[in-house]
Amino acid sequence: MFELLGISPPALFGQLLLGLINGAFYAMLSLGLAVIFGLLNVINFTHGAQYMMGAFGAWMLLNYAGIPFWGALILSPIVVAAIGMVIERTLLRRLYHLDHLYGLLLTFGLALIIEGLFRRQYGASGLPYNNPLPGGTNLGFMFLPNYRGFIVVASLVVCFATWFVIERTKLGSYLRAATEKPDLVQAFGIDVPRMITLTYGFGVGLAALAGVLAAPAYQVSPTMGSNLIIVVFAVVVIGGMGSIMGAIVTGFGLGVVEGLTKVFYPEASSTVIFVIMAIVLMVKPAGLFGTAK
Amino acid sequence: MRFAAMLMAAASVFAVTAANAQSPVKVKIGVLNDMSSLYSDLSGPGSVWAAKKAVEDFGAAAKGLQVEVIAADHQNKADVGTSVARQWYDVEGVDMIVDTPNSGVALAVNTVTREKNKVFINSGAATSDLTGKACSPNTVHWTYDTWALANGTGKAVTKNGGDTWFFLTADYAFGHALERDTSEVVKANGGKVVGTVRVPLNTSDFSSFLLQAQGSKAKIIGLANAGGDTINSIKQASEYGITSSGQKLAGLLIFLTDINSIGLKTAQGLNLTSAWYWDMTDANRAFAKEFSAANGGKYPTMVQAGVYSGVTHYLKSVAALKSAKDGAAVVAEMKKMPTDDKLFGKGEVRADGRQIHPMFLFEVKKPSESKGPYDFYTLKATIPANEAFRPIGEGDCPLVKKT
Repeated sequence: MFELLGISPPALFGQLLLGLINGAFYAMLSLGLAVIFGLLNVINFTHGAQYMMGAFGAWMLLNYAGIPFWGALILSPIVVAAIGMVIERTLLRRLYHLDHLYGLLLTFGLALIIEGLFRRQYGASGLPYNNPLPGGTNLGFMFLPNYRGFIVVASLVVCFATWFVIERTKLGSYLRAATEKPDLVQAFGIDVPRMITLTYGFGVGLAALAGVLAAPAYQVSPTMGSNLIIVVFAVVVIGGMGSIMGAIVTGFGLGVVEGLTKVFYPEASSTVIFVIMAIVLMVKPAGLFGTAK
Repeated sequence: MRFAAMLMAAASVFAVTAANAQSPVKVKIGVLNDMSSLYSDLSGPGSVWAAKKAVEDFGAAAKGLQVEVIAADHQNKADVGTSVARQWYDVEGVDMIVDTPNSGVALAVNTVTREKNKVFINSGAATSDLTGKACSPNTVHWTYDTWALANGTGKAVTKNGGDTWFFLTADYAFGHALERDTSEVVKANGGKVVGTVRVPLNTSDFSSFLLQAQGSKAKIIGLANAGGDTINSIKQASEYGITSSGQKLAGLLIFLTDINSIGLKTAQGLNLTSAWYWDMTDANRAFAKEFSAANGGKYPTMVQAGVYSGVTHYLKSVAALKSAKDGAAVVAEMKKMPTDDKLFGKGEVRADGRQIHPMFLFEVKKPSESKGPYDFYTLKATIPANEAFRPIGEGDCPLVKKT
């Protein structure tokens, strides 16, 4: 079978693993988007900029405050999430009663402004960030850098924890109830607006966490978010808007599909996800895991 | 009252004739490049500064020229570049477009410029087709090209024993041209190309492609890409232990700003070919100092220095002709007149539009050797002007008569 594909099994396993690593980023970013959309009904276009801010946060903490990667991994998402919550309180909140489109326009505009400010300050070609886990393990079929292995594990843990909290805990049930019937939940004495702010903060924090994880692997650059965000939106659409499990599974799955495309027809690797999106939308407009409302 | 009015009218007539007598030649220069994406640090606003600086240093006003410099972002899209060029030539009265990195966009602007009989001075793009198959009586290619890069880095690496190559190629006009020119140099020097993979422009993850390169067992992984793509591939090659396992990277086009982004720790020891480096002469250092003060501490790349040099020579030719309107005539004058400025020294523009000057082979310093910001390169060899570029007869340029 492998001969038919024209690739040796070790190389194939290597590429599958690489696909999973890329999928880890897609999964974490689309998870944040899905949480925000599912609970706030806002299409958060600032997500890419917030991912970039996470990476820059790590860079700034290292270069201005001397805080290494592991500290930044916790601090940077908290700071970015706090900024996100301020945005939610002051700007986004005013748009909840309007059409989705307004939230999209606001967050898109914010993304352009944030990206422009960073580009003005740091240039577009990126800043270096050293690998905190140098070295790697020879798996026999490929050389796996330790840090890439860490990305996959960290991402799986975060994704599972998020899914568990929202789908299986009491807090999660409040959140889900608040999206269905906010008035009723409020009547039970739960502060719904605060819950929404915290949820947005959490989604943004996920983006920033992905950004910190990306800093050592890719370059810390103002455009890193906008390069990725369109793909991530495609992932969310394929998975089904607002579906937590859908975002996680399609994130990893599409990472693998993209990885395989890079072997068999590299020229198409930047478009394959959109082709899949088009097909899914034709066959199942609500997305693979979505339910039509 | 009526007398006063008549006096005023007479005075204004005088004023008009006086202005006509010494009306300056109007010249409008458009800097068209990437202002916001992967090539914006190596060209971008820095090139606009360089163009304005060239106008200032030339003393255009004193020589009877009234020069205006405008700029636009082509977003690395050929259609955007083309429509800006048309808008500039047709509506805004632009006489010359300069810089324009991204070979795809450059080839498109090359065509529009010829059609409108204006002038195109390219510093940022690499494809040697601009002075080969696509050469034009309205285009001058200034700083470097894929042939010169291949001839510099490709030859040096192959002669040092790197005789099997695998290419990671940016999948558009530039990458294809660089891969083609380098393959020819590798083969001419007894080497072999064992494989190639075409990577979409602006890719953030190269690990899959690097793994394929590793699987090919080639001694050299040739990076036929630029800007952010080169940065990512070098960083990730080091992460995947490719460089420590015996394979070597050959960055075929590396800019000063790329090294800054990669960091010397990862970039040390890389060989690269460049047309210009700030720390070579006093004039270069003075230019870099001024540039850095005006551009937030960044240092000029060869592309930005080339914009300065190209604009200077252009203005000389316009001043000699006293008109910027006939593009082909201006370029003909540029070819007639030897080039000479403080950054690129003496040189010439050949019949095919290629500007000729020496190229330099550099090695990236170790972190311990670097004494200050952007102190990155050690000079390894100078490739003299007459060997640095493709011989004029070999480019298939229709402007060159076969003998």
